[in-house]
Amino acid sequence: MKLVMAVIKPFKLDEVRQALTDVGIEGMTVTEVKGYGRQKGHTEIYRGAEYEVTFVPKLKIEVVVPTASVDKVVDAISTMAKTGQIGDGKIFVSSIEQSIRIRTGETDENAL
Amino acid sequence: MKKLALMLGQGALLGLVAMALLADPAFAQGTPAAKAPDLVFNKADDAWMMISSALVLMMTVPGLALFYGGMVRTKNMLSMITQVLAIQCIVCVVWFLWGYSMAFTEGSGVLSPFVGGFSKIFLHGVKIDSMVETFSLGVGLHELIYICFQMTFAAITTALAIGGFAERMKFSAIVLFAVLWSTIVYFPIAHSVWYWPGPSGIATNPDSAATGGFGWSMGALDFAGGTVVHINAGIAGFVGALVLGRRIGFGKEAMAPHSLTLTMVGASLLWVGWFGFNAGSNLEANQYAGLAMANTFVATAAAGLSWMFTEWLFKGKPSLLGLASGIVAGLVAVTPASGYGSPMGVLILGLVAGIVCFFFCTAVKSAFGYDDTLDVFGVHAIGGIIGAIGTGLVVNPDWGGAGIVDYTKCKIVDGVFTSNCDAAAYDMVGQVIIQAKNALMTVVWSGVGSLIVYMIIAVLVGLRVTEETEREGLDIVEHGERAYNM
Repeated sequence: MKLVMAVIKPFKLDEVRQALTDVGIEGMTVTEVKGYGRQKGHTEIYRGAEYEVTFVPKLKIEVVVPTASVDKVVDAISTMAKTGQIGDGKIFVSSIEQSIRIRTGETDENAL
Repeated sequence: MKKLALMLGQGALLGLVAMALLADPAFAQGTPAAKAPDLVFNKADDAWMMISSALVLMMTVPGLALFYGGMVRTKNMLSMITQVLAIQCIVCVVWFLWGYSMAFTEGSGVLSPFVGGFSKIFLHGVKIDSMVETFSLGVGLHELIYICFQMTFAAITTALAIGGFAERMKFSAIVLFAVLWSTIVYFPIAHSVWYWPGPSGIATNPDSAATGGFGWSMGALDFAGGTVVHINAGIAGFVGALVLGRRIGFGKEAMAPHSLTLTMVGASLLWVGWFGFNAGSNLEANQYAGLAMANTFVATAAAGLSWMFTEWLFKGKPSLLGLASGIVAGLVAVTPASGYGSPMGVLILGLVAGIVCFFFCTAVKSAFGYDDTLDVFGVHAIGGIIGAIGTGLVVNPDWGGAGIVDYTKCKIVDGVFTSNCDAAAYDMVGQVIIQAKNALMTVVWSGVGSLIVYMIIAVLVGLRVTEETEREGLDIVEHGERAYNM
């Protein structure tokens, strides 16, 4: 099993979720995060006090998938999250050792 | 201390006797040409003043509370609004107990121009039917209503000052501040600028002018409190900001306002309430109240725009905080001029205030590096000074101003003075100098008095919260609550 973690632009969530559903993914975890890469922040001014805001709001999607599905999942996310502008985000894939469905006790790929 | 109390007591007694004698025209120095008219009240005036009192209360709670609260960080929001609400309550009680007497009765001895006496302590002598005279001879306003109205001014001034040292003062210090500062600083200045014998008093006995407050008797014009409220609070907040020192992380860490939405709500409530503040300061519902209302619209709008456009020009973007701040700066500047200037005159006053206050809150503050957290100095002290001096200009009858009334020259009909009084001679340079002197006096009294208050509080409970408290946030540590549980 693999953990696919993607940091994307927030407004892309719906399209990515739909694309994942289309390739058979039935659940995911989404977190609101802040970050920066090549996309710089912006300056805010409050009565003359200037603040450089480096961090930009993003969404992190985490989904654990069977190893065989990784490629089509990464593909789905890449295609739908892309705008072509700086700040589109990144996808990371790592290994998962175990997974358990709490309600039934099913394990590994049966838990996904 | 005891000797002073004895002297004050004897003085107060003498003062009371003198007042009783003065009140009877037959004993006045030189028999007056006519009698004072009977005081008659008008239900519309009473109604208007009751509404005005409620409007000014609303300015403090929730107006000022939200205006200030929105500008502090989330972790200090609750403490900010609690401090304002608590000050409103404390000053209200203090006012009814001794504040009204200290401000609006005749003083005694050498202190008399600077502070009143204790003749109306606990509202002694104030009956349900008692009336005070407005600015028109023979026009009465029920005294209890006047007491309420003036109380709201004492409360908001005290609450305004704390903006200078927001996010770092102990709540116990704030409570003491409310009692000590109102007593030592506010009541004397209110007495000095606003206590006078009243129109009938002057008409029947011009010499009674000597019993008026120091600022009033030099001819200072302050319709609704440019000096008494704004310069006063602005200096107090500024001195407090210096005494307490900068917030931890000032200049390095982000301290952006947590809710400019609430700040806008607060500023809007301030504007609406300010009609009670300015137009209510006329003490009756007539054309001068209307003038004050018109001025409070146009000067405010002009200042909001001049700040906004100046910021747009110099900083690249027009901000909501700028627009709201400009509006408040305009309200401050028009306060002393509201019943004296013409709408066109105060429009220019507003334009100037918006621009000058913008530079004080940005360039000047950055240059000197002081942490006047909510810009009490830049908006209230500077705006108040602009307004106070500007009043000396816009009152000019040749410029459409209301001019100054000479109550020693009121027409007599059937042996009774009427409210038809001549205008006083207007000398522009002379009046501006008087305005400047009164503003300076206010700066000095507030500066020195506030410093003394802070020193007393420092000895009693300490002024500033600990570093850990400041880091964690005052809401949790001082009050055990969060502003938001979301």
